[in-house]
Amino acid sequence: MRSETMTLNMGPQHPSTHGVLRVALELDGETVLRAKPIIGYLHTGMEKQAEYKTYTQSIPQTDRMDYLSPLSNNLSFCLAAEKLLGIEPPARVQAIRVLLTELTRISAHCVWMGTHAIDIGAITVFWYCFREREKVLSIYDMVAGARLTSSYFRVGGLAMDIPDGLLARCEKFVDEMPAHIDEYEKLLSRNPIWLARTQGVAPLSAKDAIAWGVTGPSLRGSGVAFDLRKAQPYSGYEHYDFDVPVGVSGGDAYDRYLVRVAEMRQSVRIAKQAIGRIRDMGERGAYRVRDFKYVLPPKEEVKTSMEALIHHFKIVAHGFFPPVGEAYAAVEAPKGELGFYFISDGSARPWRMKVRSPSFVNLQALPLMVEGKLVADVIAAIGSIDIVLGEIDR
Amino acid sequence: MPLSAERVEQRLRERFPEVAFERQVGEAVRDHTLALPTSALVDVCTFLRDDPELDFAMLSWVGGVDRLPRVPRFEVVYSLLSLSQNLRFTLKVHVTEEQPRVPSVVGVWPTANWHERETFDFYGIEFTGHPDLTRILLPEDWIGWPLRKDSPLGYEEVAFTHNTPDRIVPSPELKKLAPKKVRYRAQ
Repeated sequence: MRSETMTLNMGPQHPSTHGVLRVALELDGETVLRAKPIIGYLHTGMEKQAEYKTYTQSIPQTDRMDYLSPLSNNLSFCLAAEKLLGIEPPARVQAIRVLLTELTRISAHCVWMGTHAIDIGAITVFWYCFREREKVLSIYDMVAGARLTSSYFRVGGLAMDIPDGLLARCEKFVDEMPAHIDEYEKLLSRNPIWLARTQGVAPLSAKDAIAWGVTGPSLRGSGVAFDLRKAQPYSGYEHYDFDVPVGVSGGDAYDRYLVRVAEMRQSVRIAKQAIGRIRDMGERGAYRVRDFKYVLPPKEEVKTSMEALIHHFKIVAHGFFPPVGEAYAAVEAPKGELGFYFISDGSARPWRMKVRSPSFVNLQALPLMVEGKLVADVIAAIGSIDIVLGEIDR
Repeated sequence: MPLSAERVEQRLRERFPEVAFERQVGEAVRDHTLALPTSALVDVCTFLRDDPELDFAMLSWVGGVDRLPRVPRFEVVYSLLSLSQNLRFTLKVHVTEEQPRVPSVVGVWPTANWHERETFDFYGIEFTGHPDLTRILLPEDWIGWPLRKDSPLGYEEVAFTHNTPDRIVPSPELKKLAPKKVRYRAQ
């Protein structure tokens, strides 16, 4: 009897690929012999476009990379530009940034959990997760006026000060959140179908994860306790008390699930501390550096001071001029190490902007996880890596 | 004592006395960056990965840079991360326009695969020894290297439009910038 393998294209239009991802699968019956992710369907040339924009003009672009965690992208961009300029924003700004990026992590993990669960058949979880995500989106709406493309951070600070009542609202959210995480866990953590679909599925050893550059919860799921917030603290993370959860059973999809759930609880912890820190420093206060070579001066000063008016005009018309040089800064985004690398030639536009996006790197490890396994596990594997195609293709 | 980037540079200079390393200097070079000739790249990377003191087990990213009109024109940047030492280190090689070739480091860190494909895709820099050097983000039939500085941002001739002719004709300067049929080989 003659037998041959079958090539199957999963995607680019497939509900469980979380965007426009195509995976070319070579199948022997139900077994995956080879898997090849094919990407680029959402490429918009953001790195090229950034070379033609001032730094501030590129911030809205970053929202559209990983559109589930816009503020983490804003933060990474601003930190890299601030490193290039050699400035550091006030402690209050750093605490606000920490608060908002931790809420972003919770909301990004909610989307991950909902879609991952829906992919492998647990539809109910999705509605619970999106309920909480909605609350984070309305917090974005409150601070920045947009639910998804927030663009709230600026190089040297924030676009504007936080509105009245924000802290009370965030506090209510983080007080309620642990009970909601318990709800999700009740639906999944000991659900026999969930265990059957994730335990032992898509394993990734620590050695492979490191060799393939995997970062974030996927790396920690493999048992490597490396978190940039702890290892190379930025934005004052060294002042916060939190743990780095790691997987314990060989880096399968269930490990990655447990790590992310535990991370949501840690994010709640960090957010609570950040709210306290902001309260200590005042609900109103400094929200930018006071160096008007880099940021807009306050509007009241523009109306009364000639010098502030000139600065305002210069910043709006030209932007700021970083020194000649290069800088790379990375943050622990919900999906892993997200970094921006700038090369400046001294002009107001970056000579080169390189984005190191976690999804791009993590997706590369997909063939390792699924080759030799069943085709149904490919879906579970993709969900458990947590990718966003906007960030992969940029 | 934690490992410092200076110590890494010192170790490299001791181990490879024949290689011309060059520390990148500048007003705002914020990361410790070491340039080296392409011929030594793979040996140096293997040493950085395998040496127990340095232990750069992870390659964070690889990216190209076009320095037009500088000669040599291109640079390829490698950002290394040592998890055990919690240290980043940046390597850089210079690549000429005439021979845009760099040995691939996929054999050292498998993660370099897609990063090198991306750099090839954007700049046309060839990575010799790469197992699958094809376009990754752009369509397979794209002509040109979009992130090179002499590649225009846009204004390419569109294949199909409903706009009236006077709205699609670009100014003479823009026409000069954009090569005809820059987009697809077909037609």
